[in-house]
Amino acid sequence: MMFETLLFFAFSAVLVGAAFGVILARNPVYSALLLVLCFFNSAVIWLMLDAEFLGIVLVLVYVGAVMVLFLFVVMMLDVNLEELRKGLAGYWPIAAVVAGLMVFAILDVVVVKHLGGVSLGAAPPLPADYSNTRVLGEALFTRYAYPAQIAAVILLVASIAAIVLTLRHRPGVKPQNVGEQVRVSAKDRVRLVKMAPEKRP
Amino acid sequence: MITLTEVLTLSGLLFSIAVAGVFLNRKNVILLLMCIELMLLAVNFNFVAFSRFLGDINGQIFVFFILTVAAAEAAIGLAILVVLFRERRSIDVEDLDSLQG
Repeated sequence: MMFETLLFFAFSAVLVGAAFGVILARNPVYSALLLVLCFFNSAVIWLMLDAEFLGIVLVLVYVGAVMVLFLFVVMMLDVNLEELRKGLAGYWPIAAVVAGLMVFAILDVVVVKHLGGVSLGAAPPLPADYSNTRVLGEALFTRYAYPAQIAAVILLVASIAAIVLTLRHRPGVKPQNVGEQVRVSAKDRVRLVKMAPEKRP
Repeated sequence: MITLTEVLTLSGLLFSIAVAGVFLNRKNVILLLMCIELMLLAVNFNFVAFSRFLGDINGQIFVFFILTVAAAEAAIGLAILVVLFRERRSIDVEDLDSLQG
């Protein structure tokens, strides 16, 4: 058994174990942290599959942004954990049956029938000066230029939507109005009064 | 040497675990969102593997777009979840039945 295969199986084992942890953990914080472990292992396996750019993007975008958002929300909502776990023990048989059927169906297609006889043996060798980022960028900014712009618009809409959804106007608070503060002039604020000087009695 | 069969099996296992997680965590919407992220990860595994073994970069472009849309989905989903918790003080799926009439 070659070293690469050994590494692949090791990382796959950690990945599957962490995925089980995500769905079985008692505390949502543990679930989020185990999902981070899942993403790290996936990034390593993608690196082994010569998808270097996507592996790094997975770590940067998912671990760096999305999972931090998840952790933030998990810690912000004070949810009653005992309440959430109540009455869920009865669901494990149907979960096991459905998941088992899916594994069986997928293994039937992949392992038994070999994808309907398509022969995909070893991965095609890559040239010595192959750069994954370069190839990906060339495709993304030529053939997929418009989809890339649409993806950018989707991200913009998502960020605006997240702000608009969570913005709330609370009655009774006295916020500053910066515009009015800047627009004010000395004439509106200070009134000079002419009066005769008073004598000390 | 990694073979295609191994990667596809791993991806199928991941997807099935995520489906089981949807059944097991029906009371917690945050965990449901995490299970959806796991499913998307499994699908991305398929794209990356086929892209490598067919020598076609388009699969990785699709992974790129799936990552984009998944990030947007997580942001909006969590924002809706925060608003929901503020209104109902609960993130149980069974409490979300006000459209039932």
